[in-house]
Amino acid sequence: MKMDIEKVARLARLELSEEEKVTFGSQLEQILTYMEQLNRLDTSGLEPTSHAIPVNNVFREDEVKPSFPQEEVLAIAPDEEDGHFKVPRIIE
Amino acid sequence: MEYEPVIGLEVHAQLLTRSKIFCGCSTTFGEEPNTQTCPVCTGQPGSLPVINRKAVEFAIKLGLATSCRIAPYSLFARKNYFYPDLPKGYQISMYEFPLAVGGFIDIMVDGKKKRIQIIRIHMEDDAGKLKHGETPETASFSYVDFNRTGVPLVEIVSGPDIRSPEEAGDYLRKLRSILQYLEICTGDMEKGTFRCDANVSVRPKGRKEFGTRTELKNMNSFRHVEKALEFEIKRQMAALEDGEEVVQETRLWDVDQGVTISMRGKEEAHDYRYFPDPDLVPLRIDENWVGEVRKKLPELPDEKKERFIRQYEIPEYDAEILTSARAMAYYFEECVSFFPEPKIVSNWMMGDLLRELKRDEKEIDHCPVTPKHLAEMLSMIKKGTISGKIAKDVFEEMYRTGAYPEDIVKDKGWVQILDEGEIERAIQKAIDANPKQVEDYRKGKEKLFGFFVGEVMKQTHGKANPKLVNELLKKKLKA
Repeated sequence: MKMDIEKVARLARLELSEEEKVTFGSQLEQILTYMEQLNRLDTSGLEPTSHAIPVNNVFREDEVKPSFPQEEVLAIAPDEEDGHFKVPRIIE
Repeated sequence: MEYEPVIGLEVHAQLLTRSKIFCGCSTTFGEEPNTQTCPVCTGQPGSLPVINRKAVEFAIKLGLATSCRIAPYSLFARKNYFYPDLPKGYQISMYEFPLAVGGFIDIMVDGKKKRIQIIRIHMEDDAGKLKHGETPETASFSYVDFNRTGVPLVEIVSGPDIRSPEEAGDYLRKLRSILQYLEICTGDMEKGTFRCDANVSVRPKGRKEFGTRTELKNMNSFRHVEKALEFEIKRQMAALEDGEEVVQETRLWDVDQGVTISMRGKEEAHDYRYFPDPDLVPLRIDENWVGEVRKKLPELPDEKKERFIRQYEIPEYDAEILTSARAMAYYFEECVSFFPEPKIVSNWMMGDLLRELKRDEKEIDHCPVTPKHLAEMLSMIKKGTISGKIAKDVFEEMYRTGAYPEDIVKDKGWVQILDEGEIERAIQKAIDANPKQVEDYRKGKEKLFGFFVGEVMKQTHGKANPKLVNELLKKKLKA
């Protein structure tokens, strides 16, 4: 199975060197080939398993809990101004 | 060639929970930026989301209110993309297993019921809010506030059943009204608690297949949705007429220019790579829970409308308008409880009351005239204390000042004249001042009767009882 390593990298915002493209490309292909084996099984009539443990309906009540102080969350911002995260302009 | 537009709408509605969908941060609007965030809603490594029970209940409510089937199994999925208002790098949404499917909303088109299918309703988390620098120093930056990140949303996807911008507007108003009846969303398009994207295409009338569609975004009022659709439909029809092809793309509504603009090139082809969110376990909503929620449903617009027609014997048109908002229906029923003549109440509400409110862009729950005041004024008309004509002035005064109708009438000296002697004197004056018209009238020009009524009313400043004026005037003119 062939995969477009450049597309995957672009979607994940990863910059790969030519060398990395070759390395990761073949590694990913091996993984996909391995997964292909599973595709040979007949799974019609089976509900897809999204979670390994059979747990459903875990809820929290609608209660407000304390949030991060503003300084704390802004401390992880690359840049900040007037209480906002400051980023390169997004085209609108 | 004659073309037909095909429109489907995707609405995002913010749910009125106190806390966010997957964490305990407050959802209060308008707080200082970035003061309502935590490891979960900012996507810090190792944090775990847990679904807010109330948000699920609200979504079930909406599902039931739009006659959807509540899915016994639904599942959150990650929608992966990068944008600065999305700290996790993915939105938590539902993909293959939405919460509710297969419902509908009925709207009125040319006096007939038209059914718009609801394909699905699913839950997801909202993104943050972006501001873009406007001064020379800030123009190359955008500013992010994550307070809104993680506020619960429902997305309601309609079928491609809408055939005109007006129908789109009616559908949206009806959906908003349902959300407000359920008290699960404020429905404020300007504030963004109720947002709408539109898929629109055109096809030659009579053809079954759909044309190529575009997706419209950035419309933040009902009026703009209708205007944007009008523009886009015309644009696509013109393209087809010229033998051009419509390109499938996202277009933004430009409010200032009144046009839709292509986002081509500014947006990469979407590849969201949805997959089940491993951090959130599936929802299995059983019949018991659905039944409990169903029991708590209020009377909805359509049911209320039917009841109004039955109970108050008002026309369907009136009932439709009076039930279009919960507060309006409440006002009507309050007023009728004090003045039990529903059609008269309805006429005044749909006439003077709604006109004033519309002019001031006020909602009915902020109306300065209370239902009780309106009812009192209507009683005064009925008793003959004031004429229907003067009542218009009384109403305006009530609306302006919020005063009691009786006080207004007393202060202004607007009490209706029922004294026959006084009316006769006014009639005599009108006759004396217009001998020519009297002669013509007596020769058979009966149309002039209205003229004399007007003259008498002028004399009495509109306060004379019209019935008496008619009677006495007829007698006098005959003589």
